[in-house]
Order: sequence, then structure tokens, then C-alpha cells
Amino acid sequence: MREHARTDSQAASGERFRALAERELARLYGLARRLVGEEAEDVVQECLLRAYRSFPRLESEAAGRTWLTSILVNCCRDHWRARARRVEIVELEGVDEFSLFRKIADEDPFPYSDSVHLDFLHQFDADDVRAILASLPELYRVPLVLVHMAGYQVKEVAFELGVPLGTMLARLHRGRKLFERELWSYAERHELLKEGARP
Amino acid sequence: MITCADAVRQLWDYLDGVVEESERALVEEHLAFCRRCCGELEFAEELRAFLAAHVDDELPPDVRTRLTSTLDELGGAA
Repeated sequence: MREHARTDSQAASGERFRALAERELARLYGLARRLVGEEAEDVVQECLLRAYRSFPRLESEAAGRTWLTSILVNCCRDHWRARARRVEIVELEGVDEFSLFRKIADEDPFPYSDSVHLDFLHQFDADDVRAILASLPELYRVPLVLVHMAGYQVKEVAFELGVPLGTMLARLHRGRKLFERELWSYAERHELLKEGARP
Repeated sequence: MITCADAVRQLWDYLDGVVEESERALVEEHLAFCRRCCGELEFAEELRAFLAAHVDDELPPDVRTRLTSTLDELGGAA
């Protein structure tokens, strides 16, 4: 009798976990693609395994979304640690002062436009943004994605990644500036800086 | 009074609300008279919205199938 009760409880817990995981699958995968690129599926698989094991310890299922995201970020961290670190070379000189706003105003790529800055941003589709993010060093890409695409607070990211808040703020600032600079470079390389480049 | 370069350096942090109160006042003082930096601020807001709008939650069918299989196996282990 007691055995049956335990089994029913486990089955109910399993069903609740599955419902939560299925709701969040697409979001977790999208986030993982921005954090680890092509290996996103492996990371999400690992996230599901870990989450399943610790689901009984989740105190409030209302916090399930944040809880799953936190597990995913931990899986990403382990992924980065386990992988032989690539040497990521990026030119940082002048990046902290780079202003995409001024670059667009100075270069004026769409002279007939009344909203040149917005027109510039409208040249990029989801694949472009993904490619640009992937080109940023992990150190700067991760805070940028977690804060501006996953809705984390900076202090939460600092806590999750075990980094002092001041360090995380500096990385986020530099990540945003690198992103701005890379938007411009990408647009130049892909000939997006002319009227009608994209329908 | 801070320079435009100083203001630009702090605009994103200003938007995030993570600058000190004294620095916030200096940025606002600068914005009160510098139209160009106001444009910078508006563009920084546009960029934030741009990033948030490119959260692509598309799950390819083959990936969904494999991840759902994982959930099936976990369910079987319950």
C-alpha cells in the first residue's frame, strides 16, 4: 500500500516535470544556441537530465522557469570548462568608446531615410544576430545574452557565474560595445549598408 | 560637467540603473543640454529592444523529437 502511494507520487512528479520541461524546451534551446552555439542540443539534454534528478527538491513550481534556466547556465559552464578553451582573439583597442549611434550618423548609410538608425537595425535578421553574437568572445557574449535576451539581472548573472558584480558590469559593458562594433562590421562585410539591401 | 565621451561610456549602465547616484546626476545634467547624447540614449534603448526582440525560440522539429525522446526515457525511469 505504502509502495503504491510512493509510486503514484513519483508518477505525478514525473508528469509535472515533463509538463514544465515541454513548456520551456524551445526557450532553453534558443538560449543554449546563443550560449554554446552548435552544441546547444547536447547542453539541453544534460540540463533535462540534471533537472529531472533534482525536480523533487524544487520548492515552488512557479519558479520552475528560472530554476531550469539556472541549471542550463550551469550546464553551459561545465561545457566551457570541459572543452579545451579556444584562444579567442579580439581587438579591444578603442572599443569602450565606440559609439554605433555616432558611426551611423557620421557614415549616413541611408541618406534618404528620416530614421537612419532604426533603418540600420532593420537590416539584420535573426540569423545575422546569432552570427554576430557567436563572433563575440564567450567572456563578453554570456553576460550580454543572459541580461538582454534571458532577462537576468546583472547581479544574478554575477552570482550564477561566481564573478564579482563589478567585474560582471565591466564585461557586460564591453560586450555591448563589442556587439555594437560587430553590428557595423558585419553590415559592411555583408553589404547591408545600402538602400534596399534587404526587402 | 562630464564630457560626451564620459556620458556615452555610462549610458548603458545608466539605462540599467547601475550607476551611482552622483554619476546618475552628472549623466542627467549632461543629457539636459546635449541633444546628441540624448540621441545616443534613445539609440541605446533601441538596441536593448533589438536584442530582446531577437530571442529566437524556434525549436527545429528533429531537435524537438530527440529532446522529447529524452523526456520519454526519463518518464520511463520514474
